[in-house]
Amino acid sequence: MTQEYCAVDLGPVAEILKDYPPEEASLIQVLQDVHRAYNYLPCDVLGTVAKTLNVPLAKVFSVSTFYKAFSLEPQGDTIIKICVGTACHIRGAGQLVEELERKLGVGPDQTTEDRKFTVKTVNCVGACAMAPVMIVGETYHGSAKPARIGKFLAEAEVDHAD
Amino acid sequence: MQIESKAAFESLQTESRARHADAQAEIHVCCGTGCLANGSKAVAEAFAAEAEKRNRNGGPKLVVKPTGCHGFCERGPLVAFKPSGLLYTKVKAAAVSEVVEKTVEGGEILSRFLYKDPTDKSRIEQYADIPFYKHQNRVAMRNIGLIDPTDILDAVAEGAYSGLAKALFEMDPDRVIDEVETSGLRGRGGAGFNTARKWRSCKKAEGDRRFVLCNGDEGDPGAFKDRSIMEGDPHSVIEGLIIGAYALGAHEGFIYVRDEYPLAIVNLMIALEQARAFGLLGANILGTGFDFDIKISRGGGAFVCGESSALMLSIAGKVGEPRAKYVHSTAKGLFDLPTVLNNVETWANIGAIIDKGGTWYASLGTEKSKGTKAFSLVGKVKNTGLIELEMGTTLRHIIFDIGGGTLGDRPFKAVQTGGPSGGCIPEHLLDLPVDFEKLTEAGSMMGSGGMIVMDDRTCMVDVARYFLAFLIEESCGKCTPCREGLRQMLVIYNDLVEGRGKNGDIERIERLAKAMQLGSLCELGKSAPNPVLSTLRYFRDEYEAHINDKACPAGMCRELTAYRILEDLCGGCHACVKVCPVDCIAGEPKSLHVIDHEACISCGACFDVCPDEAIVTFPKNTLFETEVV
Repeated sequence: MTQEYCAVDLGPVAEILKDYPPEEASLIQVLQDVHRAYNYLPCDVLGTVAKTLNVPLAKVFSVSTFYKAFSLEPQGDTIIKICVGTACHIRGAGQLVEELERKLGVGPDQTTEDRKFTVKTVNCVGACAMAPVMIVGETYHGSAKPARIGKFLAEAEVDHAD
Repeated sequence: MQIESKAAFESLQTESRARHADAQAEIHVCCGTGCLANGSKAVAEAFAAEAEKRNRNGGPKLVVKPTGCHGFCERGPLVAFKPSGLLYTKVKAAAVSEVVEKTVEGGEILSRFLYKDPTDKSRIEQYADIPFYKHQNRVAMRNIGLIDPTDILDAVAEGAYSGLAKALFEMDPDRVIDEVETSGLRGRGGAGFNTARKWRSCKKAEGDRRFVLCNGDEGDPGAFKDRSIMEGDPHSVIEGLIIGAYALGAHEGFIYVRDEYPLAIVNLMIALEQARAFGLLGANILGTGFDFDIKISRGGGAFVCGESSALMLSIAGKVGEPRAKYVHSTAKGLFDLPTVLNNVETWANIGAIIDKGGTWYASLGTEKSKGTKAFSLVGKVKNTGLIELEMGTTLRHIIFDIGGGTLGDRPFKAVQTGGPSGGCIPEHLLDLPVDFEKLTEAGSMMGSGGMIVMDDRTCMVDVARYFLAFLIEESCGKCTPCREGLRQMLVIYNDLVEGRGKNGDIERIERLAKAMQLGSLCELGKSAPNPVLSTLRYFRDEYEAHINDKACPAGMCRELTAYRILEDLCGGCHACVKVCPVDCIAGEPKSLHVIDHEACISCGACFDVCPDEAIVTFPKNTLFETEVV
């Protein structure tokens, strides 16, 4: 498993690093770009980032684990975010999480075995007026009902196949 | 085109205003996150295609603008027409050509798109007559919904940067601060610190390099005013920052935006680029020799980074752990240099204050809380969305006149304000005028302006437990009272909601709360017990029911609640069967349905859909007794 995580192409990270001054202040922005390019933060890449920005690897690791936007594990093709902000909570976000768990067999912060979906809960996406909200890939679904989740998942698989 | 003089700026204003003067109509399609989720992108594209077709055939000119959030997200996609002032709700892309033909060209009003008042079912034509808008007074959100946020000329036509021009051409830096002082403006991020005083203390601090920062890390769950401002009118924020930088003599600024707001980041980037292109930002602004530029710093998804010292560390690329505040960030802030950090909404007010004068702003609001305030009105309320009102408006007016009352007219229980640092305000305080002091007196706080309405089906013990779970996830873990206090409290709350509550639990919670208030390092930790304490203060009877009777009065705590179908009321519509996630309801259509208590997970899905109100809750520990009866 470890082998698989680390065997990555270091081309994209080299490109990303060119855009930023080699200093600690660039770290979070670099990690965000890396995360977007690789869909997670592979360990070899973190080593490259640490060397180039001249920041100890331990610090890079500390920042990578502190911020929730970062994952050290590969993510699914489609990321499903369920908003669990206050408005969504009282309008039934918990039922969405449960229904997803029944449908996909994974809970928050887990990825399905076929790496199609990663489920995440987020503390408010600021779309409270349409609570409860779930975001499948890039698509926002307002007033989401557990009964519609099957349809959302099917649409996401089609989108990804395109 | 670089604007390099007052005259050139004024002619840019005239030009931008004249741009669409020959249009037969302007069509504003709301493209805020809410309306986009409802399909407004396709609606805007369809309108643009129709307009294009007509313009090509030599027809009258139609201008289509994708705008920021109109606030009334519940009814999206929203389409507003100028100059008629008409508002259409829930417009679908398929209906666009009909709307253009009949309404825009024929002047006919299609009543099916009009807003229907939930109280008297009447249809309302004009934007300005809808109760949701009628009672509002927009200052920070003055241009949202009127302008295409990706077009700076649109913003200039509505008055953007005129405050900046006035400051640069007519006022010296200290006069700018005086004007802000006269306005009485206080920080809109929640704490309500006097803005001018903050600026002055930064200006007094020694150092030849200083920063102005904008806090767009709107983390309070249930609040989204900053998102809407950054998405819908990024220029108001940029203008405020430039004026602030001029007043303070700063040349560098940052806007810190949370990672969860991708559209805000895109629109801010576009706005910054355009402002630079017109010479409103960058070197030699408006030809006055003043240099200032802004960078965007994206957050990493950490609630604690909304705290000032954590935010500054995060901009510097470090872990966002707050530090003790014996040295103020106005003296030692970002990179240990003098820094002013204000909230998005605070900055958005500055341009209007300079343009119209501090006295005008101070004429709005209450004695100690001047001006207006943006709120997101959400939860169990009919008209959800974003509003801006004069300070001092009562909660009752906000929830019942603007919000239209609770969903399904269920009994109102409480309104939560101030996010995880705030509290729940009960029904008997509904006539409270909303301002910084009054909310704090009631055990809550202003916070980011989230107002979450709760009805009788919201369990207050569960709400407090929800905020604890939220805060545990978001606590940075640096100081012990916050990190461990929250965890220990959650253990007790889990016992309460799962039927293991015992005498002395309430007192233990109160002791832990006290320790956290006294011992935590930052304001987030100090205020973390507020949701707990305010629910205890106003809803102690609910806690006692959980402990003594092992019952949840709201019928929401699953371990304590069971559901039953009333024979007399069940019409056999089968709706409950369709939504039950565990298939535990039996019954043929048109005959009585029955819930299998062994299999039921008490999720309440059936309760929510039953049209006959035939499903009721009762305490689970009386299950056996009820069945016998």
